[in-house]
Amino acid sequence: MRILLVEDDPTVRSYVSKGLKEAGHTVDEADNGKDGLFLAVSEAYDVIVLDRMLPGGIDGLNIVETLRGQKNKTPVLILSALAEVDERVSGLKAGGDDYVTKPFAFSELLARIEALCRRGQTDNPQTTKLVVGDLELDLLAREVKREGKRIDLQPREFRLLEFLARHAGQVITRTMLLEKVWDYHFDPQTNVIDVHVSRLRQKVDKPFAHSMIHTVRNAGYILRVPDKSA
Amino acid sequence: MTQVQRNPSRWQRWPIRSIGVNFALTYSVIFILSAGIFLSFTWWSTTNLLNRHVQNAIESDASDLLHRWQAGGPHALSHAIEDRLDQNVDDDALYLLVDGQGRRLAGNLPGWPVKIQKPDRFYELPIRRYSFRTIAKFRVYDLPKQYRLIVGHDVRDRALLRHIITETLVWCSLMVSLLALGGAFVVRRLFRHVVYSIARTTRAIANGDLNHRIALNGSETDLVAETVNTMLERINRLMDGVKQVSNAIAHDLRTPITRARTRLEDAIEHAGTEEEIREAVSLAVSDLDHVTMIFEALLRIAQIEAGAKRAAFAEVDLNQLLETMADFYDVSAEEANIKLVLAIDPLPVITGDKSLLQQAIANLLDNAIKFAPSGSSITLEAHAHPSEGEGNSTGNITITVRDEGTGMAEKDIIRAHERFFRAEAARHTPGSGLGLSLVQAIMSLHKGTLTLRNAEPGLSVTLTLPLKG
Repeated sequence: MRILLVEDDPTVRSYVSKGLKEAGHTVDEADNGKDGLFLAVSEAYDVIVLDRMLPGGIDGLNIVETLRGQKNKTPVLILSALAEVDERVSGLKAGGDDYVTKPFAFSELLARIEALCRRGQTDNPQTTKLVVGDLELDLLAREVKREGKRIDLQPREFRLLEFLARHAGQVITRTMLLEKVWDYHFDPQTNVIDVHVSRLRQKVDKPFAHSMIHTVRNAGYILRVPDKSA
Repeated sequence: MTQVQRNPSRWQRWPIRSIGVNFALTYSVIFILSAGIFLSFTWWSTTNLLNRHVQNAIESDASDLLHRWQAGGPHALSHAIEDRLDQNVDDDALYLLVDGQGRRLAGNLPGWPVKIQKPDRFYELPIRRYSFRTIAKFRVYDLPKQYRLIVGHDVRDRALLRHIITETLVWCSLMVSLLALGGAFVVRRLFRHVVYSIARTTRAIANGDLNHRIALNGSETDLVAETVNTMLERINRLMDGVKQVSNAIAHDLRTPITRARTRLEDAIEHAGTEEEIREAVSLAVSDLDHVTMIFEALLRIAQIEAGAKRAAFAEVDLNQLLETMADFYDVSAEEANIKLVLAIDPLPVITGDKSLLQQAIANLLDNAIKFAPSGSSITLEAHAHPSEGEGNSTGNITITVRDEGTGMAEKDIIRAHERFFRAEAARHTPGSGLGLSLVQAIMSLHKGTLTLRNAEPGLSVTLTLPLKG
C-alpha cells in the first residue's frame, strides 16, 4: 500500500514511518501542511495519515477539506493530540475516516490504517455472503457454517464474527471491536472484549482441527484462513 | 488577565469618581434648588399680597378724598390732603392735586410724572423723593373742571422684602453647601468604612487565606457580603478539590511514571540479555499506558464538568441502552461465575448524552463485576417514578446496580465520589480511582445524582435521572 504520512514531530514521524515500512507499505513523508497538501493532491495514495496541528499555515483539517472539496476519496486517518469528543467529531465531519489520539500504540494505528486501506473492498453493504476459507457467513439468514457444519451463534456473537470476517487477514484491536461492533466509545476496565472473543472461539474454533481466530500480542485479534500445512 | 470593561456612558466624562462626594453634590444641588423654589414662591405670594394691600389702600384713600371734593370742592380736598400728609407717620403716602392749568394745589409730589396719563389703572414708577429714589404705585383720578388728583403709595417695603429674601437665599445656599461638604465627608467615610470591611476580607482572601468571611451587620451591604461569602464558599470548595486532585495526581501519576523510569534505568544498568531489555521496555510502556488512561479520564471529567457537552444531548432509549449493556457485560460476569440479574421496567425516553450514559453504566457494572465474589449475583434494576399530579412529565428514573460483595465502609462511601479515592480494599485491584468521579460528573451534567448505599450485603449504587432533562 502507498501511504502518505504528514506529521511534524520527527520522532513520531520516523517511528510511524519505520513501522509502516516494516509492515510492507510504501511511505511518503511530509513535515508540514503545505508539502503534505501538495503530495496529497498530486499523488495517488491508498491512505493518508494526517497530524491535525501542523506548521506551515495549513493544518490537517484544511488538507482533508481541500481533498474532499476536489472529490478525492482517499481514506484519511487523523492523528491528533486533541482527544476531546468534540474534536474527534469535527475531524470526522471535515472528511476524516478515522481518528486516533496521541499517545497511541503503534499496533492500534497500523490496524486502523490497514482497515482503511481495504475498506472499499469489504465494506460493501450489498454483500450477502462472506466466505473465509471454509467459514461461511450468510448475512441474510444470519447463519454460520464451517466445513459445511452449522454453528449456532447468539446475535452478538454473529455480529462480532461478521466484523472479523469482513476484515479477515487484518489485525483488529479491542478498541476497534468496541467501537465498530458495539458502538461504544469508552474504555472498559475489565477484559470484557477478550471474554466475548473467547466465547466466539469456543464455538468457531474449538470443534475444528485448525483455529481461525488468533490473538495478536499487544494488538488484538485476527481472523484468517488456517495454514493447513502447519 | 481580563481587562475590566468600564461602562462607556456619559458618566464617563464626569470627573469626580468618589461616590460620597457625588452623593453630597447631588444632595446639595437638590437642596439649593428646592430652597430657591420655596423662597421664590414666598417672594411671589408676599409681593402679590403687598401689591393688593397697597392698591386697596390707594383706592379707599381716593374714594374718601373724592367725597371731600364733592363736599367742599378743591379747597376742602387740598386741606384733606395736607392733613393726611401731616398725620402720615410712615411717610409712605403720596398725593398731588392739580388744576386745569396743571398748577399744583396740594400734595407732596414735586411735579406731574410724565408717564402718568390715563385714569382707572395703576402705575408703578421709580420716583425721586428728597434725596433718595424709590418705587411707588399711583392712580390718577379725573375730577370735575379738569382738576386731577394722583393718589400714590411708596412701596419701598417690597424692595426691603426682596432684599431680605435674597439674603436668606444666599445664606441658605452657603449653609447648604457647608452641610453638603460635611455630609460628603461623612458619607464618604461611611462608604469607605463599609467598602473597607469587604475589601479587607477579600484582600486577605486574595493573599491566600480562604477562611475569612465578611461579617454580616444587618445593613444594606449584607447583600454584597452574602454574595461574596457564597462565592468564597465555592472558591474554597474548588480550591480543596484542586488541592486534593493535585495531591492525587502527584501520587497516582508519579507512581507509574516512577515505575517506568526505574524499569528503564534498571534495564540500562543491569539488563544482560536482549530478552531482559524487551521485558523492561514493554513493562514501562504498559506503565505509560496507565498514565495515559488516568490522564484521559481526568480530562474527560474536566470536560464534562465544564458542561460543554450538553451539545451532544439527544433522545435516549434507556431500555435498549441498558439491555445491550447488560448483554455486553453478561459474558464478563459469567466468566467470573457471577449471575447478572435484570429487573428493568419499561422506561420513558429521556434527553441525554447516550455515550456518556453508556460510560456511566459501564463503570458501575465494571466495578460490580470487579468486586463481587464468585457465585454471587449482580442486579441491574431500573424503575421510572413519574410524579403524581401536575400532568407534565416530571419525576425521575432510577438505575441501580447492586452487588453482593463486601460493600464499603460508611466513611469510604462518603469519599467515594472524590477523584482518585480508592478504598483500602480496592488499592490493589486495577483501576484509576476515577470511575465514580466520572459517573458523578456525568450525572451532574444530566442534572441527576449518584448515591451509594450499603445494601447489607453488598453495595448498591443508584443513578437518579430527572425525566425532564
